Amino acid sequence: MYRYDEFDARIVKERVDQFRGQVDRRLSGEILEDEFKPLRLQNGVYLQLHAYMLRVAIPYGQLSSRQLRRLAVIARDYDRGYGHFTTRQNIQFNWVGLKDIPDILESLAEVEMHAIQTSGNCIRNVTSDHFAGAAADELMDPRPWCEIIRQWSTFHPEFAFLPRKFKIAVTAAEHDRAAIRVHDIGLHIREKDGVTGFEVLVGGGQGRTPHIAALVNEFVPETEILDYLEAIMRVYNRHGRRDNKYKARIKILVAELGHEEFTRQVNEEYAAQRSHEKIDLPGGEIERVHAYFAPPEFADKPAVSEGFERAKAADPAFARWADANLHPHKVPGYASVTISLKPVGGVAGDATDAQMMVAAHLAETYAFDDIRVTHAQNLVLAHVALDDLYDVYRELDAAGLSTPNESRITDMIVCPGLDYCNLANARSIPVGQAIQEVFKDPDYEADIGKLHINISGCINACGHHHVGHIGVLGVDKKGEEFYQITLGGRADEKAVVGDIAGPGLKADDVPGAVKRIVDTYRDLRTSREERFIDALERIGHEPFKEAIYAAD
Amino acid sequence: MPLIKNGAEAEDVWKYTPDDEPLHGVGSYTVSLERYVMEASSFREGNHTIGVRLKPDDDPAALEPYLDGLALIEIDFPKYTDGRGYSQAQLLRRRYGYEGELRAVGHVLRDQIFYMNRSGFDAYETAHADLGSVLEALSEYSAVYQPGADDRKPVHALRHKS
Ligand code: SF4
Repeated sequence: MYRYDEFDARIVKERVDQFRGQVDRRLSGEILEDEFKPLRLQNGVYLQLHAYMLRVAIPYGQLSSRQLRRLAVIARDYDRGYGHFTTRQNIQFNWVGLKDIPDILESLAEVEMHAIQTSGNCIRNVTSDHFAGAAADELMDPRPWCEIIRQWSTFHPEFAFLPRKFKIAVTAAEHDRAAIRVHDIGLHIREKDGVTGFEVLVGGGQGRTPHIAALVNEFVPETEILDYLEAIMRVYNRHGRRDNKYKARIKILVAELGHEEFTRQVNEEYAAQRSHEKIDLPGGEIERVHAYFAPPEFADKPAVSEGFERAKAADPAFARWADANLHPHKVPGYASVTISLKPVGGVAGDATDAQMMVAAHLAETYAFDDIRVTHAQNLVLAHVALDDLYDVYRELDAAGLSTPNESRITDMIVCPGLDYCNLANARSIPVGQAIQEVFKDPDYEADIGKLHINISGCINACGHHHVGHIGVLGVDKKGEEFYQITLGGRADEKAVVGDIAGPGLKADDVPGAVKRIVDTYRDLRTSREERFIDALERIGHEPFKEAIYAAD
Repeated sequence: MPLIKNGAEAEDVWKYTPDDEPLHGVGSYTVSLERYVMEASSFREGNHTIGVRLKPDDDPAALEPYLDGLALIEIDFPKYTDGRGYSQAQLLRRRYGYEGELRAVGHVLRDQIFYMNRSGFDAYETAHADLGSVLEALSEYSAVYQPGADDRKPVHALRHKS
C-alpha cells in the first residue's frame, strides 16, 4: 500500500499544527462557534446530537494493521471503546472531546492518516472496490489511481468551496462493487489499444433526488485524466447551483443542463486548457505510486486446499461462514475474506477496540498486512491463503466477528438515524435490528441468498435506501415515525433507483412486510440460483408490493 | 477596510462605484463588468483609472480583450462559502494571462487566503484577518499537490526533478 514520503508527511503534520491552533483559539474563547464551524468542518469535526463527532479518512478504504491498531487505541482512549465504519469507507468516533482532537489527529499523522476533507463542500475521500488488487474480475488494481486522485484533490485551491460536497469512486472491475453510478464522478478503468484510461460517469447521487450517473466520456487516457477532472470540477464550481442546498450537487446541474449540454461544456472547458494549465503529471510519478501497490509475494498453491476442505467437512459453522464470506481471488489457493460488522442485534459498522485489534492481528499474520473497509460497512482481508482460513475463522469467531452474512439479508447498510443524527425523521438502527431478528436463522438466511436491505432515517439517504434491493426510508408523518419501502434498487453496474412500493408502514409492521416480500421471492424464484434482484426484474414488482400490504 | 497586498499592509486608493452613480472627480474606481464593457472606450480616454469588480456569476472571458489596460480586478466573495471566485481567478491568471492586481473583496476570511493566493490573488481586502494572520496563512503549507496560479511547484514535480 501507499506510504507517505517527506512531502505527504509534512502536509499532514502542518494540517495538525494548524488545527491545534484553531482549537486553542476556540477553547480560549478567542473565536466563537460561528467562526470555528467552517474550520472544524474542514477537519472532519461535526457537532452531533450528543457530542462532537470526528470522521477520519481511510483513503479508498485501505488500512495497514498498524493503522487499524491506532484506530483501536483512539477508540479505547478517547471514545467509548468503539468506532463506526461508514459507507464512505471511513471511520467515525462519536464521543470524542474537542480538546482531545488535535492529539488524536497528531496520533493519526504518525501512522499516515488524517481527517482532511472528510467534511465540507470539497472533494471527499475517494472510494473504490474493496477487493481491489485481489478480485478475479478486475482489469487492474484501481488503488494507485485512487491515491493519485487523493493527492490531486487534497487542498485543491480552486475546489475547496464547491456548491456542495463531492464524491469520486473508482473501479476497474466489470462487476461494480464501488457503486460508481451513484457518485458525483464514477471512474471505470479501461484499456484501449494498450493504453490505460477511464470511462467517466458524472452526476450520480442519492439524497432526496436520486440520479444514476450519465456517461460523459467513454475513454480518457490516464495521462489526461486529472486535467479532465479539473474541467468537470470547474464547470461544476462555476455553474452548479448555490441558491438551494438541496439542488447544489452536480447531479442537479447535469439534470438541468441535460447530459449532452453538460458534456459539451466539459469538453469545451477541457479543450480550452492551455498547455501551461495542464497538470503534467510525470510518467515517473504514475509509476512511483503504482510501485506501492505491487502484488504481495503470493506462494505457489494448488487451487484446492485439502486442509480447508477438511475443516469445512468437520465444522458446519465454518462451512457456512466460508460459503457466505469468501470472495474469489485472482491467485489460486487464496481468497478474500469479509469480516462482517453486522451481527444480529448489533449496530452496522461498529467495531470495538478489541475487535479492531483482532482484525489487525489477523491481517498482519495471515493477510499481507492489508485490511479494507467496505462501503457496506464491513472489513475485508483481501489476501488470505485457503490453508489459513480455518485459523482466521476461529480467531474471528472468538472475537464475535464470524457472522456469516456477507451481502445477505442481515448484512444491511443502516444509517445512524434518530439515535445519533440531528437530521433524522425516524430511527434506523432498531428497525434494522428488528428485521435481522426475523432472518437470524442462518439456514433460512442462506436459503434467501444475496439480498441487500438498506435503511435511511430520512430523505438524505445516508443509508443508501434508494439502491437497496429492498430499501427502507424513515419518514415523519405528523410526529409519528413511518417507513416507506422501495423495491428493486441496486448500486452495481446495473444501477437503478428503487420504486416506492406504496404507503408507509409503522415500525412494528416493517419486519413482517419484509418477510412477506422474501417469502414471495422464495415461492416465485426459478431456483435458488436466481437471486432476489433477478427474480424481481423478471417478474416485476406487483406480487411483491401485494405481499407488503397483505394482512398477516 | 484594511487592505493587504503582496504580503504587506497597503493603502487603498480605489473606490468601488455602483452602476447608478457617476464617477466623481479624478481617481481610481472599480466598476461592474457590465459597466466596464459598455463604457470601456470612454474610460480609456477619460482621466480616471478604472478597474473592474467581478460578481460570482460574471464570466471573466468577457475581460480578455481589455486585460492589458487593467490595473485592478476585484473578485467579490459575497459569502466565504461561494467558491466561484477561485475559478474566476485561475482563469484570469492562467488562461487569459492577466498580470495586474487581483484583489479578493467581500467575505474574506483568514482560512481562505491560502487557497486564494494559490488561485492567483495577490491582494485581500478583509475585516476578518490582520497582517500577521494573513502571513501565517500564506505559509501554512510548505508543499502543495497541484500546480496553481502561484509559482509553487507541486510535489509531483519536486519528486521527479529532471
Ligand atoms: S439518512 Fe438522514 S437520518 Fe440517516 S444519517 Fe443521513 S441525515 Fe441522518
